[in-house]
Parts: sequence; C-alpha cells; structure tokens
Amino acid sequence: MQKVRGDLLNISKLKVVFYTYRGIIKALNGVELWMNQGERLGIVGETGCGKSVTALSIMGLIEQPGEIIEGDILFGDKLLTSMKENELINIRGKEISMIFQEPNAALNPVMKVGFQIAESIGKVKNKKIGKEVYAEVRRMLEIAGLDWERTINLYPHELSGGMAQRVMIAMALSSNPKLLIADEPTSALDVTIQAQILELLDELVKKFGNAVILITHNMGVAAEFCDKMAVMYAGNMVEYARTTNIFENPHHHYTRGLLKAVPKIGRTDELQSIPGIVPDLVNPPSGCRFHPRCKHVMDICRKDFPPLVEIKPGHYVACYLYWKEGIKNANS
Amino acid sequence: MLNTVKNIGQKEKIKLFLEQRKPIIEDWKHTYYLWKSTPLAMIGTVIIFIFLTVAIFAPLFTTYSPTEQFMEERLLPPSSQHIFGTDQYGRDIFSRVVYGARIEVWIIFIVSIISVMIGIIVGITAGYFGSAVDEILMRITDMFLAFPRLILAMVLTAVLGPNLTNTMIAISLVDWTVYARLGRAEAMKVKSQPYIEAIRAVGAKDLRIIAFHVLPMSISPVIVQLTLRMGTIILTAAGLGFLGLGAQPPTPEWGAIVSDGRSYLVDQWWISTFPGMAIAFVVLGFNLLGDGIRDILDPRLRR
Repeated sequence: MQKVRGDLLNISKLKVVFYTYRGIIKALNGVELWMNQGERLGIVGETGCGKSVTALSIMGLIEQPGEIIEGDILFGDKLLTSMKENELINIRGKEISMIFQEPNAALNPVMKVGFQIAESIGKVKNKKIGKEVYAEVRRMLEIAGLDWERTINLYPHELSGGMAQRVMIAMALSSNPKLLIADEPTSALDVTIQAQILELLDELVKKFGNAVILITHNMGVAAEFCDKMAVMYAGNMVEYARTTNIFENPHHHYTRGLLKAVPKIGRTDELQSIPGIVPDLVNPPSGCRFHPRCKHVMDICRKDFPPLVEIKPGHYVACYLYWKEGIKNANS
Repeated sequence: MLNTVKNIGQKEKIKLFLEQRKPIIEDWKHTYYLWKSTPLAMIGTVIIFIFLTVAIFAPLFTTYSPTEQFMEERLLPPSSQHIFGTDQYGRDIFSRVVYGARIEVWIIFIVSIISVMIGIIVGITAGYFGSAVDEILMRITDMFLAFPRLILAMVLTAVLGPNLTNTMIAISLVDWTVYARLGRAEAMKVKSQPYIEAIRAVGAKDLRIIAFHVLPMSISPVIVQLTLRMGTIILTAAGLGFLGLGAQPPTPEWGAIVSDGRSYLVDQWWISTFPGMAIAFVVLGFNLLGDGIRDILDPRLRR
C-alpha cells in the first residue's frame, strides 16, 4: 500500500485493461491521484487518454470487458477496489455522485424528470417515493436554478441541454456527496450555457463544500474552475500541480505542448500542435508512453516508465528530465 | 401549467386540457387516417371485432346449448333451425362455434400472458447481464427453437396429459422463445445507453434498473410481435385440438369440432366445414390486423 497523500481520495498504481478482439487495451497504466476534502481537481488530456475510465474506476463502474487489474482506490478510509458490488451501491449516489457529458442522453427518455430525481433521492435517503421526497425534489430543482412547477412534469426531450444539465446537477447534489465527479459536463453545451452551468456548479459546490473532480479537455474551463490540475496522457498521470503552477510553469513537455495549442486573445505566435499521434493503447510504446513525440527523448525514456516525483513542493511530474531534481527533493 | 391557473371555469379547463394535448390528439387523428387508408387493416379490425363480440356475447347469439345432446336431431343439414346443422350427437354446430370463440379468446389471453412473461424475463435477464448468463439462457432458448413448433407442443401436451389447461401451458412453452430473443436484443440496446450508466452511478441496483428502466423501454416491440402472433397461437391450439391432444370433448374447441366431423366429411360436410371456416376467418383477421399495425406504426411509412 502506498502512503496516504490526500484525506479524501487516494489512487495508487491503478491499472485498467479492456479485453477486446483487437487485443488487450491498456487504458490506465498505473495512475496516481490524490485529493483532499473540498478540493477541486481538474483532469485534462486528449480524447481517449483515460480520463473517463479513471472516473468510472472510482465509481466502480468498470464493466466487462474491462477490469481493474492492479492498484488501490482509497476513498476516505474505505478501500473501494476491494469492495463488493452491494457495498459499492451504498457509496454511489450517496458519497460519490457523477454528472455526465450528454445530459439529455443521461436521462431516461420515458420518465418524467421529477420522478427520476425522486428515484435517486428516495434511494439515498432510504425513503419511499412520496410527498416528502417530492418536496425535496422541488427544493433541489429550485437550487439548480429551474422553475420546478414548469420542469417537474416534463420529459427529458422537452428540456434544452442546459436545463437537462441543471436537472443532472440537482440529481447529483441531492445527496450532498463528499465527491462530485463531473465528466465533461459542459462539452455538449454551447458557450453561454457552459458559462452558466460552470457558475452554477461553482456556486453550489461553494455552498455545500463538496470536493469536485472536473474532467475536461478544455484548458480554459479547468483553469477557471479548479484548484489543482492533473494532466493525463495515454493512461498515465504526467503532471499534477496547482492550477497556477500548471499554467505558469509547466514542466512536462506534453503539458507544454497542450498549452501551446490553446488559442488566446492577444497571442501573436502561431498555435503549435504536438507532432505525432496518440499511441495505440493495444501496443503502447515501451517506457514513457510520450517518448515517440518528445523532443527531449533520452535512452532511459524508451526503457522505463518515469515515476511521478515531486520536483517542487506540490508539483509532481512524471518525466526523466526532472528525475534528478525529484530525487533531491525527496532526500532533503 | 394547469396548476398555475386555478380560478377558471370547467369549460376553459377542458379547452386548456385539449390545447395542451393537441400534439397527441393530432397524432391519433393521423393514425386513424392511416388506418382508414389501409383497407386490409380495416378488414382485419372488423373481423377481430366480430370475433370478440361473438365471444363476449355468446349466449345472446345462440338458442341451443353447445354441449347438450339431442339424439333424435343428429346429423341434420343446415336449416333455419340449425343454421350450421347438427353433429353426430345432435348438438347445434352454430352454438358450438360461437362458444368455441370464447375458448379461443381464453387460449390467446392465457398463452400471451404466460409466454410474454417467460420470454421477457429470460430475454431481458440475458440481455442485461450478458456474458455467461446470456450464453446459458440463450442456448436454452435455442434448444426450444430447434424443435418444430407443433411437434414440441404435441410432445409437451402428450407428456402433461391432454386437456385445455395443459394445451395452453404447452403452447406458451413453445411460444416464449420469440419474445426472449426480441427482449434480449432490446435489453442489450438499452443497457448501453448513457442513462443506464447514469442511474448506476446514482447507485441503483440491478433489479431496479431492469424493472424500471430496461423493461419499459424493451416492451413495445414485444407487444407488437404479440399481436402478430395471435393468429399462430389459434392455429397451434386448433391443430392440437384436431389431433385430440388439446381440449377434450365435449369442450367446443374449434380444432376438436373439426376433428369430430372428420369421419362424416363425405356425407355430412357441415360438421367440419363451419368451425374450419371460423379458424381460417379469425387467423386471417389477426394476420391482416398485425400487418396493418406494423404498417401504421412504421415511422418510414407514417409521414
């Protein structure tokens, strides 16, 4: 067991694979992640780098043909990876909730919105769905900024994307979870609604004091919302630090590449893309998975995978370029 | 919106209600129009309507008992007294055919309920859980499918003992495979939808997900399939009755009546002919109606 680095969530050496006809997809290759209560963590990275798989692993929702083959997920003092399904059911929804990417698709199309929220509230509070639960539903809809009289009897297809996402937020926060996982909550929405939803989340999380994991590929969204950021690449955590540190002083060359690719008003230099393509996770590159695209590749990069080391207080990087600094810090 | 406006009269309430339901009413109107423009569906509907009316109001149509025997009136040809004639025991064929309709409705009803229930439970369980559960359940289904339907039904009634209840059980045990396959396909489709993942993330248990979220989404194609298969159910029941494996005399089951008149077919043709025509008529009605429903519900033909 690894040392406990955060008091809410500790993920150590998490490996998840998916068995497919093409071969074994090594989706997560030893992810390390930790966070404290009430913290906001952003996970950024390209499509297919394992952001969502990390989230699903925390929820215990990795299904056939996927499997967690190694590693621990410690939530508070509970070891989620060794828990049985019926114990996990009591954690899901109650202590960890999730908001999904496509809010309209994440609601059952044949059921009224009010009933769906009532269902989750009833489950969490262990009550039969009745007047009491519906009073709570109204309160939650109100909190999420919706007119409950109008919304409670609507079907999901009658809602706009923004309204549906508000409903999802109402549902997720109804149990006041310790941890809220938002899996690209704004990707399917247009920009003005994005801002509204983020503002709402921000306000509610401040009010209730939940910890949030925000999964996104939008650096701007992450910068606005998160205290800390974790950058993922091809199933690995490559850099983990405070948001300001990531933006002002990125160390890993993948993070630097990402930031160079972000357009900004007033930027005069050309946008740069990272050369090469995301590796095929059935046959990932040996050693550091970023080495075929890295300008500063060394021999050791091709052989071994660099561990995540602390190069400055609170700034972790998985790269051999900073390996020595990291060792020095660990010793001093 | 209804509860925001409170102090309005009854008339306005109805008006408001109709206004809110306008799309649904329009949709029904369109369905009615489509039904009217498909003559075959209309004929099917009329036939099934007659069949059901006859079954429900059987005593109003008949003057004779379907089972009482009058030996002095045996083997009479169709006349104004006995419009379908009488059989070898002097029973009125018309009464027997009319009361037979009740038995057929009963068979359809029970067989539909049992077979859809078995089929849906097996199919959705297999589709939802997948992997080993799926393999086992679907191989069992395949075993049932491997036999010709009528043969399997015959074997089952022969084993259970020939009577009406066992016939219904046997037909149900043959018929459920179709619904199992359909239910499985639908459950697999629904299972991978994001809202199932979302509800799992809230912490719903498998039973709840199946009952409240997968089942309602997978039931509609099964219902459509059921209406299409009702004709087949009657045909199987009549076949078993004809072979003496179904309803036992003196129960006026159509297949059994046809079988009764078999040995008199050359001279007293009316005993077998009229119940046979009833079978043909009703099966035709169900098939036409089934085709019509499929056409009307087909979204590509709808607009």
